Amino acid sequence: MNFNSFKYCLRQSFVSLRRNFWLAVATSCIIAVSLAILGGFLLLAVNARQLMGDIGTNVEICVFLYDNAEIEALEAEIGALEGVDNVRFVSKHEGLADFARSLGDESLLAGLEGDNNPLPNAFRVRASHTEAVPALAATIRTLPGVELVEYGAELISRLVKITGWLNSLFAGISALLAIGAVFLVITTIRLSVLARQEEIGIMKYLGASDWFIRFPFLLEGMAMGWQGTLAAVAALLAGYGRLADYLNRDTLAFFIRPVTAGEQLLPIYIGLVLLGTLLGGIGSVISIRKFLRV
Amino acid sequence: MIKFRNVTKIYPGSKQPALSDLTLEIDQGEFVFLVGPSGTGKSTLIKLLFREQLATGGQIFFHGRDIARLDKRQLLKHRRQIGMVFQDFRLLKQKTVFENVAFALEVLGRSTREINFKVPQVLEMVGLAGKEKSFPAELSGGEQQRVGVARALVKDPILLLADEPTGNLDRETSWQLMELFTDINRSGTTVIIATHAWDVVDRMQKRVLALENGRLVRDEKRGSYANEFQLI
Repeated sequence: MNFNSFKYCLRQSFVSLRRNFWLAVATSCIIAVSLAILGGFLLLAVNARQLMGDIGTNVEICVFLYDNAEIEALEAEIGALEGVDNVRFVSKHEGLADFARSLGDESLLAGLEGDNNPLPNAFRVRASHTEAVPALAATIRTLPGVELVEYGAELISRLVKITGWLNSLFAGISALLAIGAVFLVITTIRLSVLARQEEIGIMKYLGASDWFIRFPFLLEGMAMGWQGTLAAVAALLAGYGRLADYLNRDTLAFFIRPVTAGEQLLPIYIGLVLLGTLLGGIGSVISIRKFLRV
Repeated sequence: MIKFRNVTKIYPGSKQPALSDLTLEIDQGEFVFLVGPSGTGKSTLIKLLFREQLATGGQIFFHGRDIARLDKRQLLKHRRQIGMVFQDFRLLKQKTVFENVAFALEVLGRSTREINFKVPQVLEMVGLAGKEKSFPAELSGGEQQRVGVARALVKDPILLLADEPTGNLDRETSWQLMELFTDINRSGTTVIIATHAWDVVDRMQKRVLALENGRLVRDEKRGSYANEFQLI
């Protein structure tokens, strides 16, 4: 396809969009709605993941040591394991002080200082992400000098399960919405193709290539998808921005920290626009396929 | 230029062949009438040449090439060498005369400059100078068909195929259109016309291929619509 053809196709798509203006607007609107919902789910998913991550990384692995353990070597070894965020050494002495503080009455533990201290030395290990905790705990348990490893196994496994479940739910709903958008484009483009069926027939007789015939419809579908998603992204930006703002200010919702980092949100928005445009294009190609058989 | 070798065409779902065992040759620069009753295979022959349809049996050669074996690219090239004229004109109603003719060049990706140069030339040749801005609905049947011819001509085809081009026109207009085809043929384009216009065929004394029930029954260098027997 050369530049003249491209120019011609571009003009054709505009003419066609103008001719079916309201239909194109309606299609764009419905694409906008479905992609806004899809985008909303993605934002929800990102936030859910962050929330799960927050809870997960707050879970500490307690590593209790034998008295003869080589503390410095062990600390270095654990610190070097993959998925470890930080390691903190808690000596017998500190452990006892913590325990006493949590009891609220230090006199109860009187006489247990020094050599009488029954508590072991320990490490408190923080994982960089929740999913790593069980494996990490298992690895640490095998290290020499480690007596016992404890973590919130139940909580962790539940968190991992919920995250996985939410991810599949979001993926499923998103896929359904995307398929719906494609069907919409197919219908709209089909009407547009039917309106130009005679012209397509003549074009075949004049020796036009399939791509030359297909291209204006492809552009038309992509334009509808693109406009729809642009509207959806604008709505999401405004809506989510306001919500995040509100949650950040509201002290009652202090435990929810919405994701506001651009590097996490931008890929979602750009991805949505690309997806919408792609869906529009796919719909067009499917729609015109059977009209090209001459 | 064109060679049919034992060509048979049977449409799916039909027992009677539309064309059977057709063997003929047409040279470059010839002017050929295809005659015969309706449903006798004239249109099928034209469709086979354009490769809108594929032959069921036999081979069709165009410039020595078996057109059944053309790949997608070669098929496009094949079709671009052929100008088609239809009985029902097939003009685009929402386009002007100029735009209808320009369309043939636009779909081939030609430049605006070439279009602005060539289209008026062709319109002048078919006698439509001054009608560039008219819409098809504002033209007479003969004029509309001239637009159809101009559209076929503007891409400089080496072969012009016309299926009943005068079917919707009165005698006088038909005659004028045939003169136009003669002019086109004189400039070197091979012309094949399927027609029922017996008086025109008789007057023009061109090569006549007569088909009957899908078979070639007559091939005369300077023929008439019907053979002498039928005239008596």
